[in-house]
Amino acid sequence: MLSRVADSIYWLNRYIERAENVARFIDVNLHLMLDLPAGTTEQWAPLVDTTGDEELFQERYGEATREHVVAFLTFDTDNPNSIYSCLRAARDNARSVREIISSEMWEQVNTFYLMVRDAAAQGRVMAEPHAFFTEVKMASHLFVGITDVTLSHNEGWHFGRLGCMLERADKTSRILDVKYYLLLPHVNDVGTAVDDIQWSAVLRSASAFEMYRKRFGRLRPDRVADFLMLDREFPRAMHYCLMQAEESLHAISGSPLGTFRNLAEQRLGRLRSELDYAQIDEIITNGLHEFLDAFQEKLNHVGAAIFETFVALRPVTEASTLVQGSQMMRTR
Amino acid sequence: MQFTAYDTAGFFDEMFETDAHPRVGSALLVQRIQALPAGELLRRQRAAEQALLQMGITFNVYGDAAGTERIFPFDVIPRIVEASDWVLIERGLKQRIQALNLFIDDIYQAQHIIHDGIVPAFLIQSAKCFLQPCVGLRPPRGVWCHITGTDLVRDRDGQIYVLEDNLRCPSGVSYVLENRQVLKRTFPQVFEASRVRPVDDYPSRLLDMLQYLAPDSVTVPTVVVLTPGIHNSAYFEHAFLAQQMGIELVEGRDLVVTDGFVFMRTTKGLQRVDVIYRRLDDDFLDPLTFRSDSLLGVPGLFEVYKAGRVALANAPGTGIADDKVIYAYVPKIIRYYLGEDSILPNVPTYVCWDDTERKHVVANLDKLVMKVANESGGYGMLIGPHASSAERAEFAERIQAAPRNYIAQPTLALSRAPVIVEDHFEGRHVDLRPYILYGQEIYVLPGGLTRVALRKGSLVVNSSQGGGSKDTWVLAGEPNAC
Repeated sequence: MLSRVADSIYWLNRYIERAENVARFIDVNLHLMLDLPAGTTEQWAPLVDTTGDEELFQERYGEATREHVVAFLTFDTDNPNSIYSCLRAARDNARSVREIISSEMWEQVNTFYLMVRDAAAQGRVMAEPHAFFTEVKMASHLFVGITDVTLSHNEGWHFGRLGCMLERADKTSRILDVKYYLLLPHVNDVGTAVDDIQWSAVLRSASAFEMYRKRFGRLRPDRVADFLMLDREFPRAMHYCLMQAEESLHAISGSPLGTFRNLAEQRLGRLRSELDYAQIDEIITNGLHEFLDAFQEKLNHVGAAIFETFVALRPVTEASTLVQGSQMMRTR
Repeated sequence: MQFTAYDTAGFFDEMFETDAHPRVGSALLVQRIQALPAGELLRRQRAAEQALLQMGITFNVYGDAAGTERIFPFDVIPRIVEASDWVLIERGLKQRIQALNLFIDDIYQAQHIIHDGIVPAFLIQSAKCFLQPCVGLRPPRGVWCHITGTDLVRDRDGQIYVLEDNLRCPSGVSYVLENRQVLKRTFPQVFEASRVRPVDDYPSRLLDMLQYLAPDSVTVPTVVVLTPGIHNSAYFEHAFLAQQMGIELVEGRDLVVTDGFVFMRTTKGLQRVDVIYRRLDDDFLDPLTFRSDSLLGVPGLFEVYKAGRVALANAPGTGIADDKVIYAYVPKIIRYYLGEDSILPNVPTYVCWDDTERKHVVANLDKLVMKVANESGGYGMLIGPHASSAERAEFAERIQAAPRNYIAQPTLALSRAPVIVEDHFEGRHVDLRPYILYGQEIYVLPGGLTRVALRKGSLVVNSSQGGGSKDTWVLAGEPNAC
């Protein structure tokens, strides 16, 4: 498979997953704000922190009001990580590999893009935000489902899943990071109704509330972290995502699991095995934020190694200047 | 829907001899259409459009940022070319391509045709599409123009003319193949009885031709289609042809030159490429040889090509024969190389660098069509009878300023074919672009793209300027009973 094609399928899936996650953050926060006691200030800045674009936001909007943040994260074409920008990028990638992916996949990306574009043009999202963000989430799920049942589970499919899983692992870690940091300092709130509401919001933004309840029952911050980070079965848990990503990476290269023949396999395998044997108490004692921060950085290194291994192919006799700009370096 | 009110006055009609009498090859189709229940033809037209939409048959419009993809308008009534007309067209095209290939080969080598005084040297030197780096080049198997899409038109008296040769990267063949898929479903019975010649084997023939170009040392050649990328207006076609041939669609950045060969970057390492069907203009092929600002091409590609280690189709440099001033010399070119008269005539052409001809042109701007020597796609032309006097005056100044760059031709009364306009038929002007492959031998695809100027009275059939298309049925003989 052409390196560029692999790269495009990888990013097509990453961008769709990213759009879905942004919709999750906003939707849950909108709900959360409804439940806060009267007089509490709305918390919108953390959402921008989650996507990592604080500087750009500051520059373009200043104050983190609800309208500003939603506009920035949803339709702002100057924000490369807004839902609209993600869909545009996903569609461009899909178009460039139209003869490789199934026509059903292309149609779904196109329909998804048109839906967001029309919503942006009509400007009615704030009137019925929940309906819109649910639609985004469902359109993403539909894409994943269509991909699963219409594309042969060949090399291209594995590159797609690799992109999707790495993106999801990254976003789950960011949701947890921001909320934990934001919610934990209020010692007085621990165990109160407000605390419960906020933790359930964290879970809901990863569609994890029901599955958490089945596993742990009562809401406890450390268990929420445990579930979202280390669970092996929940599809949005970081650990689960890495296991899936690793499976795809090895399907692509043909190396047996547990071994490595390239940098991408080495880095991803190491990161996954860290989670295999990690314990939540230890992580919290040593600093959850530090752990998550390091996780995100290592994940970026995995992305860079995938790029180096499969895309940035250089003839040995030539300098690296031949490689033209790729999206691979745009992690996060 | 009936043809009773259909008006053929003033033009050659492709389907009817007179208002009431269809041509021999069309009679069956006309009869069938008129027998359809009311509303049925419109339903089939809509079904055909829906099918094209679902197949994703679209083209991009330059300079249109929002929703750059459009459906190429399609009319469900096929254009029929009778067997006797086709015999002439096929012979004429083979003759023309053979002569033009010899001409290009000569121009980049000994230039006998210049030394013998047939074509003036300054016309070659001043041609924008003459490529200095190609001088002395011997392309694989001696062929330059592997894929040609010649534009043919018919005048009021039924005479067929060659309008343009299109020897560089002609597009549109994907519509020929897709239109046919749709039409087979639209008129299955008439199609069968009409003895329409098939076009579906074009991708296989194209692939055979491309493989034939591979260096002798290669047993299983790797052939790729090179596209400028998704923003190119013909991107759909590039992807379609690659898919139909089962080969990779690559962009310039997928290819790399090293150790004297061209390779593509794959997830498993570098893989050697032997033949490139490039849909990228000469200028952009290789920044080291041609335009240095090209980001679409492959640095070093031309050197590998010159060394015979990769084949390019078409060869760089064929544009010299697309120059509209050189076009005027094609009858002489055919006579010079083949010793024959042209089977398909040129449209009479005035070259403005010649003082006498220029004076005639400037004095008759209101009767002529003026064209720029190096443009295609219907850009930069002026249709004298349809232009305002201010536009004509401005064009006259441009001609006087750079006479070499302009030609003029009489305004042809292009033939018409019926199209569906709301609930009835109206005649619209059409042309025909057959596709010719030149590999081991010259092959003319029995079919082609019929382009229709959908705007009433318009003579411009280009897709970028409001044109649409029809399926083209080349008949093997007279139709059977249905």
